[in-house]
Amino acid sequence: MTDLLYLVAVAPFTDMAGSPAFLVEVLLGGVFAGLMYSLVALGFVLIFKASGVFNFAQGVMVLFAALTLVGLLERGVPVVVALALTTAVMVALAFAIERLVLRPLVNQEHIILFMATIGLNFFLEGFGEMVWGANVKRLDIGIPDRSFIVRGVQINQLELTAALTAAVLVTVLALFFQKTRIGRALRAVADDHEAALSIGIPLKTIWVVVWSVAGVVAIVAGVMWGAKSGVQFSLSLIALKALPVLILGGFESVPGAIVGGLIIGVGEKVGEVYWGPLVGGAIENWFAYVLALAFLLARPQGLFGEKIIERV
Amino acid sequence: MASDATRPLLSVKNVEVIYDHVILVLKGVSLSVPEGGIVALLGANGAGKSTTLKAISGLLRTERGEVTKGVIEFRGDPTLRRDPSEVVRRGIVQVMEGRHVFEHLTVEENLLTGAYTRRDGHAAQRDLDLVYRYFPRLAERRGFAAGYVSGGEQQMVAIGRALMARPTLMLLDEPSMGLAPMLVKEIFDIVARLNREEGLAVLLAEQNATMALRVAQYGYVMENGRIVLDGDARTISENEDIKEFYLGLTGVGQRKSYRDVKHYRRRKRWLS
Repeated sequence: MTDLLYLVAVAPFTDMAGSPAFLVEVLLGGVFAGLMYSLVALGFVLIFKASGVFNFAQGVMVLFAALTLVGLLERGVPVVVALALTTAVMVALAFAIERLVLRPLVNQEHIILFMATIGLNFFLEGFGEMVWGANVKRLDIGIPDRSFIVRGVQINQLELTAALTAAVLVTVLALFFQKTRIGRALRAVADDHEAALSIGIPLKTIWVVVWSVAGVVAIVAGVMWGAKSGVQFSLSLIALKALPVLILGGFESVPGAIVGGLIIGVGEKVGEVYWGPLVGGAIENWFAYVLALAFLLARPQGLFGEKIIERV
Repeated sequence: MASDATRPLLSVKNVEVIYDHVILVLKGVSLSVPEGGIVALLGANGAGKSTTLKAISGLLRTERGEVTKGVIEFRGDPTLRRDPSEVVRRGIVQVMEGRHVFEHLTVEENLLTGAYTRRDGHAAQRDLDLVYRYFPRLAERRGFAAGYVSGGEQQMVAIGRALMARPTLMLLDEPSMGLAPMLVKEIFDIVARLNREEGLAVLLAEQNATMALRVAQYGYVMENGRIVLDGDARTISENEDIKEFYLGLTGVGQRKSYRDVKHYRRRKRWLS
């Protein structure tokens, strides 16, 4: 009994203290994974905030963006041009989705819009593979997957770049939402569609904007994941990892998506490395969901989710 | 001049509205609002007041209603089948029943969203000051989340937000709903001032006929999707039927049904 207690509550921490450089490496790995989750979660948050639609297709949008980028690169298009073209494709996709999916379904129940995004999910998956092929591809955007060592800690250059990019993206988005006229309108639409319409905010424009932004976020996520682990179908499954992030951070919160992602990323890596051996490993696979479950029980709106305002 | 006098700012002719393809809600409504006037649209719950306003502002389509007959003209331009944002751009803003503020935005952000359709950013800042002048309470509350301010203040936010679009005509739907009599009076006084000082025309849908007729110059009474009576505010408030049915001034008991109606109306007030 005391043995078990020792193994659970003491040994991992002495391990950490014994080799701080390794601990820092584990933490950095966690931060990187967390940021990747955050990027996918961000796409969800944006669309959910502005239209109350839970976009099941966000994961596939990440895959689709990565596939498009790789496809263009394979055909010898320079990286910058390929990025610009991919952005254009994602914006065009936003227009198409608004016109063909959202507009005909305006005023339908949320569940119906949700179902529509499931359909979109399958369509994009098939369409992407039809156009660009289904085999696993390498994505090389010119950032080497090399490590350098600072004070005994290994830092991966690719992961570092990804982390910085994510940080910049999040800052820009936060400013966009808080400070700009369109950002304010987006938040207004999220609060009350009808009132937004009544003062002349055109929902169509708002939807196109928000799906475009989600598309751009998907590109960034796709590039980072793709560069790390290749572009393949399983990329769309990281959307599943974004779900617990959303529950943790709150569905409407941009900072929540970031912090939620970091907590889950760091938590699962640390859990895996230090506590994993106790239970035979694979903590990484379930940690996020168990944490999400705990949050659903204790704080359903998430860490930063909008409080449900109720006047009495 | 002569043509201005004959052509009202807003004219609604014979409008028929059907919900969900089957339910006939408006059965040929005609009314008009003159430039710079306040017109009251009176009637009980479900008479079709809100539907009339939504037909004008174009918000009807978001709830599966459809104008199947009739013409709505704003300054001689047909507004039917226009996008709500286009209608706002042309100068008609609706303040919806039940306030509908953006709860998670601050009071000031709520007001600023009202200026969305406008391209002149600096003028919007000036109009913010104008709104704060008319609603000094909102200036005090500018940093608060709109969901947390009082009901009266929310109504002020809703009106102020609509003002930010610089409308020529405001469609004001039931501003008295759920508010204490003192506040209702305060809000109506401000509406009257806006009309006097800023030349804002108002089409005011209200159950509270006494209040509405105090600020309006002209009134229409609706029942079951039809206009049943119209006239100068004074004429209407002196009409015996109106006194009895809507103003609650004369004998109770002469008509059995009146009791029920009145009882029902009073209970609704408590609930809302």
